[in-house]
Amino acid sequence: MSIDIDTARKVAKLARIAVPESDLPKLADNLSGILNFMEQLNEVDVEGVEPMTSVTPMRLKRRADVVTDGDQQAKVLSNAPDAREGFFAVPKVVE
Amino acid sequence: MSELSRLTIAEARDRLAAREITAVELTEACLAQIEAADALGAFVHKTPEIALERARAADARIAAGEAKPMTGIPVGIKDLFCTKGVPSQAASRILEGFRPEYESTVSQQLADAGAVMLGKLNMDEFAMGSSNETSVYGNAVNPWRRGNDETALTPGGSSGGSASAVAADLCLAATGTDTGGSIRQPAAFTGIVGLKPTYGRCSRWGIVAFASSLDQAGPMTKTVRDAAIMGAAMMGHDPKDSTSADLAVPDFEAMLTGDIRGKVIGIPKEYRMDGMPSEIEALWQQGAEMLRDAGAELRDISLPHTKYALPAYYVIAPAEASSNLARYDGVRFGHRAKLAQGDGITEMYEKTRAEGFGPEVQRRVMIGTYVLSAGFYDAYYNRARKVRALIKKDFDDVFAAGVDAILTPATPSAAFGLGEMAEADPVQMYLNDVFTVTVNLAGLPGISVPAGLDAQGLPLGLQLIGRPWDEGDLLNTAYALEQAAGFVAKPARWW
Repeated sequence: MSIDIDTARKVAKLARIAVPESDLPKLADNLSGILNFMEQLNEVDVEGVEPMTSVTPMRLKRRADVVTDGDQQAKVLSNAPDAREGFFAVPKVVE
Repeated sequence: MSELSRLTIAEARDRLAAREITAVELTEACLAQIEAADALGAFVHKTPEIALERARAADARIAAGEAKPMTGIPVGIKDLFCTKGVPSQAASRILEGFRPEYESTVSQQLADAGAVMLGKLNMDEFAMGSSNETSVYGNAVNPWRRGNDETALTPGGSSGGSASAVAADLCLAATGTDTGGSIRQPAAFTGIVGLKPTYGRCSRWGIVAFASSLDQAGPMTKTVRDAAIMGAAMMGHDPKDSTSADLAVPDFEAMLTGDIRGKVIGIPKEYRMDGMPSEIEALWQQGAEMLRDAGAELRDISLPHTKYALPAYYVIAPAEASSNLARYDGVRFGHRAKLAQGDGITEMYEKTRAEGFGPEVQRRVMIGTYVLSAGFYDAYYNRARKVRALIKKDFDDVFAAGVDAILTPATPSAAFGLGEMAEADPVQMYLNDVFTVTVNLAGLPGISVPAGLDAQGLPLGLQLIGRPWDEGDLLNTAYALEQAAGFVAKPARWW
């Protein structure tokens, strides 16, 4: 599978990473190289194999559905690039 | 004073207990070494105030007769661990200025045991790399050189700063994390011991996530005994990590008898790679003979899906990374790009992530996005997870047939020069993990033990792979190998 420039542009968009148009050919080339490397997996017969989920069969633990933490607004916001009046602030989302 | 930083954890613990030294003296010795070692690029955030405060507390605890094995032991913490109030940026620009309001479980357990944090250690950005060259802080440098050649060498990656700091005696030990070999490969490149525990042994809570089904923290130390001591302090069940194993952590140090008579050591034929340097091949052979001479039985084994481990890893790890790294969006923490007039929230995401992530991280996030995107999920991601199950089954079969541990080379080469791989395509760099990555996919414990020097005087390591949850037995086999190999070389000081 080889990635063309249009696909590279689309992947960058899906990943929400701005890639200048001039960098797209190299990106497409890089991604194609990595995907070619992955093509080896097609040699393996995986018929009837269940995808691996854990090292030893182990049920995920459950906990009681209760509040364990909270009331830490200042701490939650302390690393925000922009926080106002107890909220994270972002550019306008709806026109 | 400088010789104090050269102590092992076990030696320091015994001398602290005998009141021959104090934790403050030990800490000051390490801080002085760190101040003189900026050329190594190992410590990227120094925390001398925290260190001295904890050292004083450790001395009080020792005086009160309440010391634990790690009490008063100065260690470095990889930048991937969140440490309260101290910069924790996973060596990424996108987490510039981030000071967590909480402490990772592993670093908290070390602090509770009385360990002294000296500072944060360099690494590849988001632990993505095998040479520590993707760090926003710049390269960490290997204290080892090729004889009198002044070429700066990589300490490996991603835990390159941890490896460099321990090998150069800036600290007694350090934490690392290992997703595809990031503890074991740098340990091998710098002549130290690196243990990746069974997946689920160490809590991942508070460790910046790369690939959640593969990531595991572990100790990087000067000796196997130290790995046993520090490893036990890092492990244990944590309700805050749902994949953390609710199993008791045994006293690993007490299990170090060095007696491996009757143990079966598997030698997998698939790890004999084309083009592998003859020195690595010879070292592997010697390691096997050492274990046989110590009373173990050698057995040729086959792990038939080995060659598919790297391609499976480079589907699974980027897929998980692309999901995990979606949280870096410029909203809640870290870097936010300056926006132009009229930019909306999508531009904010795209510019922030383009500025904040380095090229390798961007590449892996995009690969992960691609393999998870509509139409490709089954072809790539699900297929890779099935191959992963087959790789694990290879190991299960071998262990079920009575093999106790598997011996392999740790790396396909000795440390290479910084910048030497700059023009290579990304896949060439990924090949560094060829011997280590299977262990992460199968969730097994693995340890790298320094076993010899190559013709240029650089350290080489051997890897032992153990049964799940049986780190104690693995460490004991590693201890026997360490004793037989008798590796005592240290890098000549140039920094």
